[in-house]
Amino acid sequence: MDHTPPPFFKRGPAPLVRLFFFASLSVALLVIDARFRYVDGLRTWLALAAYPIQRAATWPIDVATTIGGYFSTQANLIQENERLRAQVLANMQDAQRYHALQTETAELKRLIGAAEKSEVQTTPAEILYLARDPYAHKVFIDRGSVHGIRPGSPVTDDTGVVGQVTRVHALLSEVTLLSNPDQAIPVEVVRNGLRAVAFGGGVSGMLELRYMGANVEVQNGDKLVTSGIDGTYPPGLAVATVVRVERDLERSFARVICQPLAGIDRGRYVLVLNNEAGRPPRPEETQAKERRADKTRRSKARDKQGPEKGGDDSQ
Amino acid sequence: MIPSSSQILMPVRMSTIIGSFVLALFLNYLPWRDLRLVPDFVALVLAFWCVRQPRLVGLGVGWSLGLLADAGNGVLLGQHALAYSLLAFLSVWLSRRILWFGTMLQSLHIALILLVTQAAVLVVRLGAGDAFPGWPLVVGPLGGALLWPVVTWLLLLPQRRNDREPAI
Repeated sequence: MDHTPPPFFKRGPAPLVRLFFFASLSVALLVIDARFRYVDGLRTWLALAAYPIQRAATWPIDVATTIGGYFSTQANLIQENERLRAQVLANMQDAQRYHALQTETAELKRLIGAAEKSEVQTTPAEILYLARDPYAHKVFIDRGSVHGIRPGSPVTDDTGVVGQVTRVHALLSEVTLLSNPDQAIPVEVVRNGLRAVAFGGGVSGMLELRYMGANVEVQNGDKLVTSGIDGTYPPGLAVATVVRVERDLERSFARVICQPLAGIDRGRYVLVLNNEAGRPPRPEETQAKERRADKTRRSKARDKQGPEKGGDDSQ
Repeated sequence: MIPSSSQILMPVRMSTIIGSFVLALFLNYLPWRDLRLVPDFVALVLAFWCVRQPRLVGLGVGWSLGLLADAGNGVLLGQHALAYSLLAFLSVWLSRRILWFGTMLQSLHIALILLVTQAAVLVVRLGAGDAFPGWPLVVGPLGGALLWPVVTWLLLLPQRRNDREPAI
């Protein structure tokens, strides 16, 4: 009994076989991408292929804004103008004070011989769209390697830090938001200079300060700014406000929840800071080698001394 | 009951299929506010073509679209590819059964298929060490299933034999 169909009914391999083939191909890709990052080239090409559609998808919003702007009334415009003028005045005052303080700081720094902090270069960018992935907390901006964006650059908006560039394609790049659970940012409390690390809280959109002792001096309403210790984020950028501090006697750590200041899930225009110049040089390979050699030398010396000074440990 | 596939339709044009996929990708890339509540339009259109034209659109197309979605969204490469392959398989497998029902009952099948697809993505993400994004996650697939009658009507428009010119 032969049950195979005649050749003119042939439809290729059975669906189950095909499913198995494509599923194993996908799983292989997943593992390669998650563990080894070998497929970044393929990803860049695919992203370039998807770019025209992505670009087109922002067009309805642009049209809506244009039409909305066309119909905005004169009263609205006058009101907005007044508000902006008042804001400019306030900003000017701040700016003047900032300049005065900057010169003063520069002088003081020169006095104590600290390294001159270099100016941070910025690139304005527009958010194209959110990653279609509720797990990811990522956005895509319309500036890429062509425009000089580098992976690792901090991204801010007008109120504070938004996130960090994690992947750069030719024409667009991917920004991981602060609320991403894998994202950490070094901060300090403005009020007392206490240093901490803020981690993304995931779906809640909040940030969390981890590993803070139960008796740590943090209050509700404390402002957090970047400390600049990591060399990635320039110091002094606004990050978040503390909204809740839970001190549990049973735990040795306090739970500190903060609300990000920047509109990490709203707003359309962001600023990419190119902090490359301000970054300290990477430790050289030779230094690491030297240290290793030094360590082995020391351990050898200890071995040599060991038999003679055997009684040192007990004292 | 008359199977809804019994209407005599004109043969499908390749441009309709490609155009619908481009439109679906476009809808997916719109800047939505909460993505958990938005149906995955590509998955919906893919399911439609797999059910209607299982010999033209199948696992290969699904897998390629999945790769495109992965790269465009900056997620693990292969996550949507896996999910869309599964979706294409289920749709092709169930296509003859689904077409026997009316549009409303078809939606129920599609809801199940979309939920399984979402579950595949969830398993991959949890395996990769992400947190569970909350139960609103099921709203998207269910919304997609509710859109099924609309999608069916829209995508069959170019194939209908009418005295009037089709709208698209």
